[in-house]
Amino acid sequence: MQEKRFVKVRADFTLDGRVVPLKFRTEDGPAFVIDRIVDIRPAPSLKSGGQGMRYTCRVGDRMLFLFHDRTHWFVESVDQA
Amino acid sequence: MDRVILHVDANSFYASVEVLYHPELRGRPVSVCGDPEARHGIVLASTPPAKKRGVKTGMAIWQARQCCPGLICIPPHYDLYLHFSRMIRAIEEEYTDRVEAFGLDENWLDVSRPGHPFADGIPIAEEIRRRVREELGITVSVGVSFNKVLAKLGSDMKKPDATTVLDRDSWRERVWPLPVSDLLYVGPRTLRKLLPLGIRTIGDLAAAPETVLTGRLGKIGLMLKVFACGLDRAPVRPVQVEETIKSVGNSATAPHDVATREDARCVLYLLAESVGARLREAGFRCSTVSVSARTVSLACFSHQACLPRPTNITAEIGACACRLFEERCADALPLRSLGVSCTELVPEDAPLQTDLAGEARRERRETLDASLDGLRRRFGHQVVQRGIVLSDTAFAAVNPREEHLIHPIALLR
Repeated sequence: MQEKRFVKVRADFTLDGRVVPLKFRTEDGPAFVIDRIVDIRPAPSLKSGGQGMRYTCRVGDRMLFLFHDRTHWFVESVDQA
Repeated sequence: MDRVILHVDANSFYASVEVLYHPELRGRPVSVCGDPEARHGIVLASTPPAKKRGVKTGMAIWQARQCCPGLICIPPHYDLYLHFSRMIRAIEEEYTDRVEAFGLDENWLDVSRPGHPFADGIPIAEEIRRRVREELGITVSVGVSFNKVLAKLGSDMKKPDATTVLDRDSWRERVWPLPVSDLLYVGPRTLRKLLPLGIRTIGDLAAAPETVLTGRLGKIGLMLKVFACGLDRAPVRPVQVEETIKSVGNSATAPHDVATREDARCVLYLLAESVGARLREAGFRCSTVSVSARTVSLACFSHQACLPRPTNITAEIGACACRLFEERCADALPLRSLGVSCTELVPEDAPLQTDLAGEARRERRETLDASLDGLRRRFGHQVVQRGIVLSDTAFAAVNPREEHLIHPIALLR
């Protein structure tokens, strides 16, 4: 189990109705810029609990999951294969 | 051509959603329970570890704790369940537009397509099951058959996260040995009538003579025989969870037992008020009012009466409910809970036979109800109350309209 880390997100709301997150930050931590979104799909978060649209993001040299669960956003680390 | 009907049943739905949001509870005995303070303290759903130790839906919390020490009880979050219910439905609607909701956690799908064999339904069932698991993180069981009754039976046969196919060739040998109580609409009361006839399995029911069944159970007997013979032809009707208005009803478990006739009148008027408001909001009048009651020993019964003409006026519904109560239920006091429901709905704009003598009074009451609805919409339910309701302050605090539960809708219409 992993502690659920909610984040503030800055995102683009595109003309065709998609939401593209650009960067995020925890309550008072530094901001992280999302370099690339590798995958977008609805999925459960089995580590921190929840379900929503899951963005697989590359931030620097790390991959992580950014979840949009109805009204909230949270991040989860990705197990490197 | 045979139809291809799927029945998709979410496994331990409320409990699965709660565990998904609380991963620390995974693998532990968890039950979603009503609020014991408001005396709704019963088990609504449980995880497999709790079920394994004998916890059953509908048990009181103390009973559940007795058979499963260490049981974790959590309160329900209906908005979250509704959200998941809608997401399951959205997945299903990618395969067919014929999706019929049966409560929050069950849906029938008609996936038949002209020119396609029955077996084509199986990959659809598998795909829905996989997608719900991968996208939503909960599991469903799917029954695949050629009618709704058998599809539902199938989804119960293997759990969790499994597909059961009951096709023309195999359904008899798999379904007929099952206990008759597994069949849709054979509840404890029907079972008590069937057992003395020597009907124990679904096969027994299929073989029973019609005259015996109708003699004991009326036309329901015939319907059950049709179910058991695999002859159900009911179509899958596109039904949303939210739009299944065939009846409007409310029941309330009172904060303390309903001990006297005055208490009962108070609760009945409180319920009539909420039922009436919902009827008016949905634009219906009802022709039948029924009162249901649960005694302190948890026995249930209900009685109904026809109204001389359709109504949605609180005072008329309340008066009818109280009359029914006085005539039929008053001997059963004290009661644990009471319910009022209205059926035989007609649209509000349907032509109505007016009553020369009473019309003016009726119009006054309609105006009064409209004003009360308006006040409550703007300032909340408690802003204006009936005098009778104030006779007991504990009852006055109950707001049946906003606290009503989401019940599965009935198949019989």
